[in-house]
Amino acid sequence: MKKGYFGQYGGRFVPETLMPALIELEEAYSRYRKDKDFQKELADLQKTYIGRPTALYLAKRFTEHLGGAKIYLKREDLAHTGAHKINNALGQALLAKRIGKKRVIAETGAGQHGVATATGAALIGLECDVYMGTQDMKRQALNVFRMRLLGARVIEVAIGSQTLKDAINESLRDWTTNVRTTHYILGTVFGPHPFPSMVRDFQSIIGKEAKRQILQAAGRLPDYLIACVGGGSNAMGLFHEFLGDDIKMIGVEAGGKGIDTGEHAARFAGGSVGVFQGCKTYLLQDDDGNVLGTHSVSAGLDYASIGPEHPYLRDNGRVQYTYATDDEALAAFELLSKKEGIIPALESAHALAEAVKLAPKLSKDKIIIINLSGRGDKDVQHVANIKGIEL
Amino acid sequence: MNRIEKLFKGLKARNKKAFIPYIMAGDPSLEKTKEIVLMFEECGADIVELGVPFTDPLADGPTIQRAAERALKNGVTLKKAIAFVKDLRQKTKIPLVLMTYYNPIFKYGEGRFLADAKDAGVDGVIIPDLPPDEAGEFTKLAKNTAMAAIFLLAPTSTADRIKKVAGASRGFIYYVSITGITGAQLLLDGSIETSINDIRRITDKPVAVGFGVSTPDEAKAVAGISDGVIIGSAIVKKAQEGLNGEFRNFLLKLREAIK
Ligand SMILES: Cc1ncc(COP(=O)(O)O)c(C=O)c1O
Repeated sequence: MKKGYFGQYGGRFVPETLMPALIELEEAYSRYRKDKDFQKELADLQKTYIGRPTALYLAKRFTEHLGGAKIYLKREDLAHTGAHKINNALGQALLAKRIGKKRVIAETGAGQHGVATATGAALIGLECDVYMGTQDMKRQALNVFRMRLLGARVIEVAIGSQTLKDAINESLRDWTTNVRTTHYILGTVFGPHPFPSMVRDFQSIIGKEAKRQILQAAGRLPDYLIACVGGGSNAMGLFHEFLGDDIKMIGVEAGGKGIDTGEHAARFAGGSVGVFQGCKTYLLQDDDGNVLGTHSVSAGLDYASIGPEHPYLRDNGRVQYTYATDDEALAAFELLSKKEGIIPALESAHALAEAVKLAPKLSKDKIIIINLSGRGDKDVQHVANIKGIEL
Repeated sequence: MNRIEKLFKGLKARNKKAFIPYIMAGDPSLEKTKEIVLMFEECGADIVELGVPFTDPLADGPTIQRAAERALKNGVTLKKAIAFVKDLRQKTKIPLVLMTYYNPIFKYGEGRFLADAKDAGVDGVIIPDLPPDEAGEFTKLAKNTAMAAIFLLAPTSTADRIKKVAGASRGFIYYVSITGITGAQLLLDGSIETSINDIRRITDKPVAVGFGVSTPDEAKAVAGISDGVIIGSAIVKKAQEGLNGEFRNFLLKLREAIK
C-alpha cells in the first residue's frame, strides 16, 4: 500500500507551506512511537491522569429491556474530561512538547476535543488556541466555558457553515501561518498523513483494553462492535485491535432528519469520493465538488467528511456502516439514562440507537460491545432546548 | 512550448518582469469579471490569474474567502468558469491560469477537466492543495494537453522539496512569499530574496511571487528579485470598491512598479 494511504484513500493534500511540517511530524511520530521514555510517560499519564483502563460494563437493564444480545459498554465517558478525545489530545500534546513546539491549536465541534486539548496543554504547559464554529459554540456553551477555565483561548469561526469543517479550515490556516512554533492537534482520524494513523494509534488503547476485558468478563470475544462515526476516531480506536478477529463491526453515522431531507451527515449513505481538508475520502458534496452543509443533533458528528481508513474498511467489507437519525439518537439518549443511570453523549447515543435496533434480533448468547465514547453532561442543555424545556 | 513559457522567455529577453493580477470569477458577477479581465489587459497585465470559487478555500485569507462566498452565491462553478474563459477568448488572447482547489477538479475528472479547459483556452492551473507528491497523474495528463501545471514553493520548503516542486512545475514556479494564507502582511526582510536564490540554484524555470503583495512599492521590491509578481487580495478588495478610475489607476501603478 502506498505510504500514507489506506487503499485508494488518504494521502497528503495540503498547501506546500505545511508539507515540511507534516514530513517532520511523520518522522518524529515514527521515532517516538518506539521510544521507551515517551511510551512510559504516556502510559503513566493514561493510568494516573486519564484514569485508564476505563471500565467495560455489562449493561444489564439495558440488555433486559431490549431482550436480545448481551450489551457491554466501553466506558470512555469515564475518561478524564468525559470522552475518548483525551487519549489522542494527551498523546499529541506530549509529542508537541518533544518536538519543541510551544503552542498547540485544535478544532472542535462538540467541544470535547477542545476541552481535551486545553487539558493536555494545561498539564504540559503549552499555549492553546481552539477554533470553534459559532453554531457549535451556541449548542455546546458549557464546553466553551470549560475550555476558558482551562486557560485556552476559544476563537469563534463565523464563516461558512460555522461548524466543525470551518473550524478545521481555520485551524489549517492558523497552522499554515504559525507552523514553525505551533503543533496542530487534529482531533480525529482525519486530515493529511500522518494524522489518520497517528490518531488511530493513540485511540487504539480503547480496543486493546476492551479485548482484554471481554475475555476476562465473558471468556470469549464479542460478536459485534458498535461505535458512532464522526471523523471516526472512537470507532477506529475500538475496531483496530479486533480487525484480525472474526467479529462484525458497525459504524454509525449521523442520519440527522433523514437521508431524503438532505439534512444529515451520513457520508456513506449520501456522499461520494472526494478530496477534502488534506485527504482523499468520502465526502458530502454537490456535482461541482463543493462541500455540502450538514446537520446532526450532535455537534461531534456534524461533519461533511470521514477519516480515510473508514472507506477502506467499508470497501473491503470489514466494517459495515449505517446511520441513526436525530430522533433515534435522542430516544437512545433517554433510554440509557433511565435504564442504566448513565447519560451518554449525543454522539455515543447514535451507537446506542443502532444497538436498540440490532440487539432484539440477536439471541441472548450473543455479545455486543458499544463504545460509549463520551458522557452527556455537555448535551443536557441542548436536549432540554429541543424538548422545549427552559432550564 | 506553452503560451506561458513563451511569455516568460520573451520577458526575459527584454529583461522585463511579469505582472499577474488575480480576480475571482463571478465576484460580483461574470459580466463584471469579464470587464475586469479586459481592464487587466488594457493596463498591461502579462498573465491573468482567474480564481474559481470553492466552499472551503483553506489557503485563502478573509478577502478571497468572502469573494469565493459571493461567487458561489452567484452560482459560479468550475464548469461555468471554463465556459466563461471560452467566451472571453473571443475578446482576448492574454495568457490565463485558473486557480482553484483540487476537489472540484477531482470531481470533474482530471482528464476531462484538462481537455475542456484547454479547449476553452486556459493556459495553466494552480491548485494550492495539490502538492506534486499527490499529482503524479495530473502532471502527466497536463503535460499531454500542454497545460502548465504550476506548483508552489513556500518559505518553509526544504532543499528536497524545492527539487521536487521545481521539477514538476511548468510555466512558472509560484513562490508563496509569506508563511501564511493569501492577503496576509508581507515582510520585506531579505528572506524572500534568499529563498528565491535557493530556488534559482536548482532550476532556471521562472519564479513568480505571490501572497501578501498589496502595494506598488511592495510589487516593485518583489519584481526586483523575481520573474513576476502576483497580486490577489489587494486587487479583489479594490475591485469591490468599484470599477472606476481609481481601480484602473491602481492597476497602472502596479504595472509601472513591476519592471
Ligand atoms: C463523545 C464523542 N463521541 C464521538 C465523537 C465523534 O468523533 P470521532 O468519530 O472522531 O470519534 C465526538 C466528537 O466530538 C465526541 O465528542
